[in-house]
Amino acid sequence: MSLSNEIIRVENLRREFTVGGERVKALRGVSFAIRRGEFVTIMGTSGSGKSTLLNILGCLDTPTSGEYVLDGVAVQSMSKNSRAVTRNRKIGFVFQNYNLLPKTTAVENVELPLLYNSAVSARERRERAIAALKAVGLADRLDHKSNQMSGGQQQRVAIARALVNDPAVILADEATGNLDTRTSFGILTLFQELHRRGRTIIFVTHNPELADYSSRNITLRDGRIVADTTNPAPASAREALDLLPTDND
Amino acid sequence: MNIANLLKIALKALANNKLRCFLTMLGIIIGVASVITMLAIGQGSKNSIREQISEMGSNMIMIHPGNMQRGGVRQSADDMQTLTVADYEALRTLDDVAAISPSVNSGGQFVNGNNNYPSTIYGITPDYLDIRKLRVKDGAMFSDHDIHTAAKVCVLGKTVVDNLFPGGEDPVGRVVRFGRIPLTVVGVLEPKGTNSMGMDQDDVVLAPYTTVMKRILAIDYIQGIFASAADENTTDRTIEAVSDVLRTRHRIKDGADDDFDIRSQQELSEMMNSTSDMMTVLLACIAGISLLVGGIGIMNIMYVSVTERTREIGLRMSIGARGADILAQFLIEAVIISVSGGIIGIVTGVVATVLVNVVAHWPVYIRLYSVVLSFAVCTATGVFFGWYPARKAAGLDPIEAIRYE
Repeated sequence: MSLSNEIIRVENLRREFTVGGERVKALRGVSFAIRRGEFVTIMGTSGSGKSTLLNILGCLDTPTSGEYVLDGVAVQSMSKNSRAVTRNRKIGFVFQNYNLLPKTTAVENVELPLLYNSAVSARERRERAIAALKAVGLADRLDHKSNQMSGGQQQRVAIARALVNDPAVILADEATGNLDTRTSFGILTLFQELHRRGRTIIFVTHNPELADYSSRNITLRDGRIVADTTNPAPASAREALDLLPTDND
Repeated sequence: MNIANLLKIALKALANNKLRCFLTMLGIIIGVASVITMLAIGQGSKNSIREQISEMGSNMIMIHPGNMQRGGVRQSADDMQTLTVADYEALRTLDDVAAISPSVNSGGQFVNGNNNYPSTIYGITPDYLDIRKLRVKDGAMFSDHDIHTAAKVCVLGKTVVDNLFPGGEDPVGRVVRFGRIPLTVVGVLEPKGTNSMGMDQDDVVLAPYTTVMKRILAIDYIQGIFASAADENTTDRTIEAVSDVLRTRHRIKDGADDDFDIRSQQELSEMMNSTSDMMTVLLACIAGISLLVGGIGIMNIMYVSVTERTREIGLRMSIGARGADILAQFLIEAVIISVSGGIIGIVTGVVATVLVNVVAHWPVYIRLYSVVLSFAVCTATGVFFGWYPARKAAGLDPIEAIRYE
């Protein structure tokens, strides 16, 4: 495992909150490293600290103590503004409830991260947004508005938005949580495809079934890692999708 | 983050909420439109007053006897006999005096055949036409020769003509009677209408002052002197010169009060202007308050908008918007609302002003400064009232904002 291959390294990460005068330890010393091209699921029940970990990995939050290096840069010492820039350049977020802008077309939604990057011209912005939408299989939905699309399509747009800045890592937060089984597998298939093309993906979920489809699974409980297993032969989401009974009614 | 992108983001956000955006603008539109309309009405009435005053002759100076005491008893101006024809002759030589005429008048009944009409006969010189901005329409003004000979001639105003010659016949050359004195009509004045006080300026009969003094009133003093300065700016200087001459002639000691009273239209116009200025300020205050209310409306809506779009803000932050970007976006949204509201308000204000003029026939005048001022104020309003909601948006925690329900 060469060091340069490491995209994320966290060392003894701790995060404490003060809620109503009481100290809550959300993370109690978490350490792991993620290499380029891994598809990691981070699993845990609610209260396990997985959301806190996701926030820190996504540069939205900083740890109380410990070290976090993203793509060779130490994040915990960054200012608020440089964290915003880091999020813009290195991270692609996919949320449970899509978080698309309402009444806005797919292309415009996908363009959004590039609008906050003045190095990207308007033309390049559009080209990259179209390319990202093609990559998630929405080439024919470019000018559909977010409220004219199904949940699965909206999540694909959100994934395209996460891809458009060519991030070091894609962070998915319960990305299939709002979708029915069929559509979930469709989205999972897309994540596996992206993984095959070399993307680093961290998928945070409480659903243990999803561990079968990732290349590595980290399980959290009460702010600590209780299991970190690699999965040499992930199940194919596409096959699972094909095995599902089709709707005939 | 460049400005073009920010503008694009803000415009897009506003386009997603057209109705609310318009309702917010409405406050600003009404505010700006009322500022412009109110100031236009105020300025219009000021201009119309000035116009009327200049119609009366804006550089006119009126000299009347005044402040006369006899044994400690103050006298009414009518009883005073301190102004004389000699005073008039002396003032006539002053350089600054462009035109000058003595004035004696008498009210009485004019008779033409079966028709009679009560009016006032003014004894004056032909200079009086210049001073009062009068013109002879038919016939001609009497001459200096008529003054020397105290000729029994007169020039009639339109109201007098209408009453004495109701049949429409030409009065020039006819003889009307004033009391027992027959006067030959030599001319008719161009109608002037009423003045700002509502007085009929056509209800006059002009005659040589010598005729009125000798044949009608039988007096050897004059009741007043009308003069006009060369132009409005030299009025003050002319008044001083007139005052000096009269004090010397009347042998008034230094420190003693004048026995005459000089009034100019300037004082009248200043008085009228200050009245209409006060009205303008009052109107502008009302309009300014409505602009303020409009601004508070913007703040209110922006606050609601920030709360409503908390998740959008969280999303923008999580994909890389800095606090400053969010601040700029909301500030630009507020400024776009207030600036476009301002522009629509200016157009509405101009239309409303024209309507006021056409429908109510009020005099109006839009001054550029009122447009610039109200536009600047509403832009400043947008920035000022947009700032706090924008700060609130920029200060949101992205973690909480993105999960806000």
